Amino acid sequence: MGKLEAKNSSFSISENGLEKQVTNARVEVLKTYKIYIGGQFPRTESGRYYVATNNKGEQLANVCLSSRKDVRDAVVAARSAFKGWSARAAFNRGQILYRIAEMLEGRKTQFIEELVQQDVSKSQAQKEVNIAIDRLIWYAGWCDKYQQIFGTVNPVASSHFNFSVPEPTGVVAAIAPQDSSLLGLVSVIAPIIAGGNTCIILASETKPLCSITFAEVINSSDVPGGVVNILTGKVSELATQFAAHMDVNAVVYCGNDNMVQKDLQTKGASNVKRIIIHKDVNWFSDQGQSPYFILDTEEIKTTWHPIENIGSGGAGY
Amino acid sequence: MPVKTKKIKEEKQNVSDQKGKTNGIPKLKFNSGWEYAPAPESTSHIQLKDRYDLFINGKFTKPSSGKYFETINPATEEKLSEVAEANAADVDKAVKAARNAYVRYWKKMPGRERAKYIYRISRMIQERAREFAVIESLDGGKTIRESRDVDVPLAANHFFYYAGWADKLEYAFPNRNPQSLGIAGQIIPWNFPLLMAAWKIAPALAAGNTLILKPAETTPLSCLKLAEIIQESGLPEGVVNIITGFGDTGAMLVNHPDIDKIAFTGSTEVGKIIQRAIAGTDKKLTLELGGKAANIIFEDAPLDQAVEGIINGIYFNQGHVCCAGSRLFVQESVYNTVLRKLKDRIETLIVGDPLDKNTDIGAINSKSQLDVINKYIEIGKKEGAEFYQSGCNIPGKGFFCRPTIFTNVAQSNRIAQEEIFGPVLAIQTFRTDEEVIEKANNTPYGLSAGVWTDKGSKIFNLTTKMRAGVIWANTYNKFDPTSPFGGYKESGYGREGGLHGLAAYSKL
Repeated sequence: MGKLEAKNSSFSISENGLEKQVTNARVEVLKTYKIYIGGQFPRTESGRYYVATNNKGEQLANVCLSSRKDVRDAVVAARSAFKGWSARAAFNRGQILYRIAEMLEGRKTQFIEELVQQDVSKSQAQKEVNIAIDRLIWYAGWCDKYQQIFGTVNPVASSHFNFSVPEPTGVVAAIAPQDSSLLGLVSVIAPIIAGGNTCIILASETKPLCSITFAEVINSSDVPGGVVNILTGKVSELATQFAAHMDVNAVVYCGNDNMVQKDLQTKGASNVKRIIIHKDVNWFSDQGQSPYFILDTEEIKTTWHPIENIGSGGAGY
Repeated sequence: MPVKTKKIKEEKQNVSDQKGKTNGIPKLKFNSGWEYAPAPESTSHIQLKDRYDLFINGKFTKPSSGKYFETINPATEEKLSEVAEANAADVDKAVKAARNAYVRYWKKMPGRERAKYIYRISRMIQERAREFAVIESLDGGKTIRESRDVDVPLAANHFFYYAGWADKLEYAFPNRNPQSLGIAGQIIPWNFPLLMAAWKIAPALAAGNTLILKPAETTPLSCLKLAEIIQESGLPEGVVNIITGFGDTGAMLVNHPDIDKIAFTGSTEVGKIIQRAIAGTDKKLTLELGGKAANIIFEDAPLDQAVEGIINGIYFNQGHVCCAGSRLFVQESVYNTVLRKLKDRIETLIVGDPLDKNTDIGAINSKSQLDVINKYIEIGKKEGAEFYQSGCNIPGKGFFCRPTIFTNVAQSNRIAQEEIFGPVLAIQTFRTDEEVIEKANNTPYGLSAGVWTDKGSKIFNLTTKMRAGVIWANTYNKFDPTSPFGGYKESGYGREGGLHGLAAYSKL
C-alpha cells in the first residue's frame, strides 16, 4: 500500500475518452491514518490534513493535521485515565508493557513495510522494529523495579519511620524524535507509561506512518484507553499548546530546536511544568533507554510516620 | 472593638457545643492569673557589625554602587545593621570568582578533601550555635526556641550529612558517573535564612560545584555570619560567595550567562518568572515554591495530639512556612470537639518578643508581609468565612499577628486557595475519605500534607493519594537532612535533602 494509484491496474486514455483496459487484479484497500485519543481512532476535530511523503516527494498518505482542540481532548482523556493507570499494580503495568511488545512482534512485517516506505532500508527497518520490541520488554521489566532503585528509607534523627518513593507526575505531553518513525516513538512512550503516567504524544511530523499503526498495537494490548494518546501534526503548532495547557504536568521534547525549547520552557512556566529536553540522543543505541528516563517524569514523595518509643521517652508525634 | 465581638462569638460557640453535640468539654479559663515571668535570651554575646559588605572571593568587598540598605528587627522595628546592595558589576565579580574557584580548585579537589571543608563548616556552626540562634531571631522575628532547637541544629546537621556524600557520589546514582554542574546561583527566602542557606550550600559543595548565594533582603545577617565562618574555615576563595540585595540582584544572578544552575526557594509567582527567564538556556533549575497544605483529621485520630499537630502545622514560625498546614479538614463527627480544643489551645499561645523563651509566636517578618496577612484576613471576612482570633496581647511596637482561624470556609474562597504565609488557618469539614482526598488535592500546589488517624491502612490510603511531596502522618512540620523535601505541581520541582537532593547538583 502507499502510493495512491492502485498497483497492477492500468488505465489508458483513448481519443474517445476514458477507456478501461483489461487488468482485473484486486484493488488494494488503502488505510486512513487517523489519530488516537482515549482509546478511539477519531479524525482530527479540525478536519485538516497534511500529506506525508517519502524523500522523493512521493505521496504516502493523508495524515491528520491535529489541532489545539485535539490536544485538549487528548489531555482530558489522559487525565481521566491517570487515576486508574497510576493505581495499577506495578507488576500489572509490567505485564501490559510486555503485552505491547508481544503485539508488536506479531505485526513486525507491517512496521517494516511502513518504515521501508519512509525511506529506511529493509535491513535497517528490521533492526529498528527489533530494537523497539526489545526496548518495550526492557521497560516492562523496569515497571516494578525502578521504585526499588530510586526509593529510599531515610534514617532521620527523630523517632519516625521515613521513606521516599517515586510517583508519577501525572499527564505528560511528549514530542517524539523526528528522525525515526517507530523507535523514537516507542522510546519516549515506554518510560512515561512504565512510571504510571498517562501521555499525549506528537508523532514525528515527517515520518508519521508507524505512529498510528503503533496506536493499533497499543489498542490491542490491554492498555486502558487514554493512557497513550497519539496525535500527528506540526511541532510548530502543537508544542506551544502542550506547554500552555494547564492540566499537563510535564513536557518531554526530543529535538534540538532552541526556539521550540524556549517556547516550551516559557509557556510551561504557567503551571510550573517539568520540561525535559532530550538533545542528540541516539535512540538506536543503549543511550536511548534508561531507568533515569523513567525518573524524568516522576515525583519523589516522602512520608513520615511516628515510631512509638516507650521507655526512652519522646514519641515522634 | 474586634476583641469584643470575638468574646461574644466565643460564648455562643460554647453554648451551642453544650446544647448540641454534648461533647461535654468544659470551657477552659485563662483568666486565672497565670503569668509567665519574662525569660529573654541575652544578646550580649553576639557580635554584629554596623555594616556588612559583600562576601566575594573569600573577602568582604565593598559594593561597587556604594549603596547599603538597613536590616531591622521586626519585633522592635529598630535597625540592626546595614548591608551592601549588589549590582550587576558585583554579581559579575561573584560569578567570576566562583568560576575561577571551580576551575582552579574545587573541580579538581578529591571528594574526601571537599568533605572535610563541609564538615568543618558544620562543626563551626555548632560551636557558634547560640550566636546564630540569637541573630536569626533578631533579624527574622522567629522565636528563640525555634531558632535554637530547629533552625540552627538542622543547618549544622545538613552540612554534616552532605559532607559525607562528597566522596561517595558514585554510590548515589547506580550505573552513572555523576559530575558537578559548575556554578550554582542560589536564591533563598526570609523564613528560614540560615537553614535554607545550608539546604542550598551543602549539597552544591558536596557534589563539587561552586556557588553564589543571595539571601533575602529582610534577613541577610545569619548568612553573612555564615560567610564569616566560611572565611574562617579556610574554604578556598570564591567557592562560596554570598551577596546581598533585593529582587533585582537575584534577577541579575538568574540572568548571568556564566551560571550553570539556578536553585530558588520562594513564592510560586517568582518561581514562574525565573522559569521563564532562563527559558531557552541550558541552565539547570530546581524550584521550591509555595504551598497550601491540607492537614486532615479523622474522627478516630488521637484528637489532643492532632490539635497540637494543627497548632504546630500552622503557627510554627508564625506560619511563614511553605509547607504550613494552612487548610484544616476535620471530619464532621468530631468538628465541634476539635474546634473547641483548637480555640482553647490558641488562647494559650504567647505572641510577643521572639527572644523570650516563653514565646510561641514571634514577629511577622516584615511590615509588607504583615500587610499581606491582614489583607487576606479582610478577604476571608468579606468572603463570608467566620473569623476567630486569640484574645492574647501583642506588643505595641513591631509586626505581630494573633493566631487566626476561619471556619465556614468554602473550597473556592481565596483564603482556601492562595498561600497567605502567616498564622491564618482555614477550616473545612468532610464526611468521607473520597471527599477529603478530592478536596485536599484540589489546589494548584502540592508541597505537603498531614493525616491524622489511628488506623494504619487508612493512613497509607491517604498518604498514597495525596498529590504532595512530603506527607506527615500523625505528625507535622518535621525536617531532617536525610529526608527529601520538595513539591508536586506548582510547588516546584527537584528535592532538597537526602540522597535525592544530590541530583539537583549533579550531571548524570
